[in-house]
Amino acid sequence: MSTTATAIGVSSKRGIWGGGNEPLKASYGKLMMWFFLLSDIFTFAAFLITYAAIRVSYPGYAGSMDTFQGSNEYWPIPELVFDAFPFFHGVHMPLVFVGLMTFILILSSVTMVLAVEAGHRNDRKDVVKWMLWTLLGGIAFLSCQAWEWSHFIHGSDSGSVITYVNSVNKLVTETVFGANLAVNEYGPAAFAQLFFFITGFHGFHVTIGVVLLFLAFYQAAVGVYERRGHYEMIEKIGLYWHFVDLVWVFVFTFFYLI
Amino acid sequence: MAIQENKSTLEVTPRDDAKFWKIWKTAGILLAITAVEFLMAFTMERGVLLYFLFIALTIWKAKYIMMDFMHLGEEAKPLFYSIIVPLIFLVWLVIALVREGSDIFNLRW
Repeated sequence: MSTTATAIGVSSKRGIWGGGNEPLKASYGKLMMWFFLLSDIFTFAAFLITYAAIRVSYPGYAGSMDTFQGSNEYWPIPELVFDAFPFFHGVHMPLVFVGLMTFILILSSVTMVLAVEAGHRNDRKDVVKWMLWTLLGGIAFLSCQAWEWSHFIHGSDSGSVITYVNSVNKLVTETVFGANLAVNEYGPAAFAQLFFFITGFHGFHVTIGVVLLFLAFYQAAVGVYERRGHYEMIEKIGLYWHFVDLVWVFVFTFFYLI
Repeated sequence: MAIQENKSTLEVTPRDDAKFWKIWKTAGILLAITAVEFLMAFTMERGVLLYFLFIALTIWKAKYIMMDFMHLGEEAKPLFYSIIVPLIFLVWLVIALVREGSDIFNLRW
């Protein structure tokens, strides 16, 4: 990018073969971050496309919305599964909580761009301010996800009657509450498995992102980047953080809307 | 030395308001698209059309994130294409796996 201070100065004396060049006009770190993100796009895409493949191999729930009962015979309707909100026990609030999570993550992505923009201007105070907001957004999102998982695992008050093969290879019909990797009250076992793997893998990325954000926030605050002469680290971590947001946009669509 | 460290050694340029508000405008667009998706989830009938619209809106959001937030559009063209072009492989993966899934559906039910 033209407005960015480059990490490595290209020496005109040494010429193109002397080293210290920036191929594609991006520094080594930024280039590698992009290629890492490309590989990560494939990983997440494989997860989500697997979700789609397993989703179409089951019939969807076709009955009335009011009488929905979880069963491993058909795929559940997401707005009937994800309808809880903290402190509103038993109130049907479809997708409100996950909407809030999306809102938080998009906003933290916005404050991240503002931090990158402040970095281009070498404005340490602004960088620290926006990094702090981004960090808080990341932590808020993770906390929401912890609640979401906990609710998903513990399940509803009534549970669902599910016929399945239990851990000692016996076919049983019993009331199941919540979810684990073998059985769940919402739908086929694959539904909870995919939920755990995909949102878990995304949550893992967010966790790493929060660690990196803290590092960048700290280093910006104590003036490491100022002494280094550029704020490129903010930009690289920013790329990663936007990617996490990007993945969430897709997870949101596939898991909670479709 | 200690005092010197706290003093800014880099020249700080003032904030460009046009840029600042453009970022918030993009944020507004992203949140608005999400709100529309929400509305559609509760008002429209579930089916292929709705799913198609959801995926189209999602890709539209992804475009905003990659172009306006990650500034991919401002990178050198070869870098831009080396990120975008490999995604073509995903088209094949979607077709292959969804077809596989629907075949399993036909065998099973």
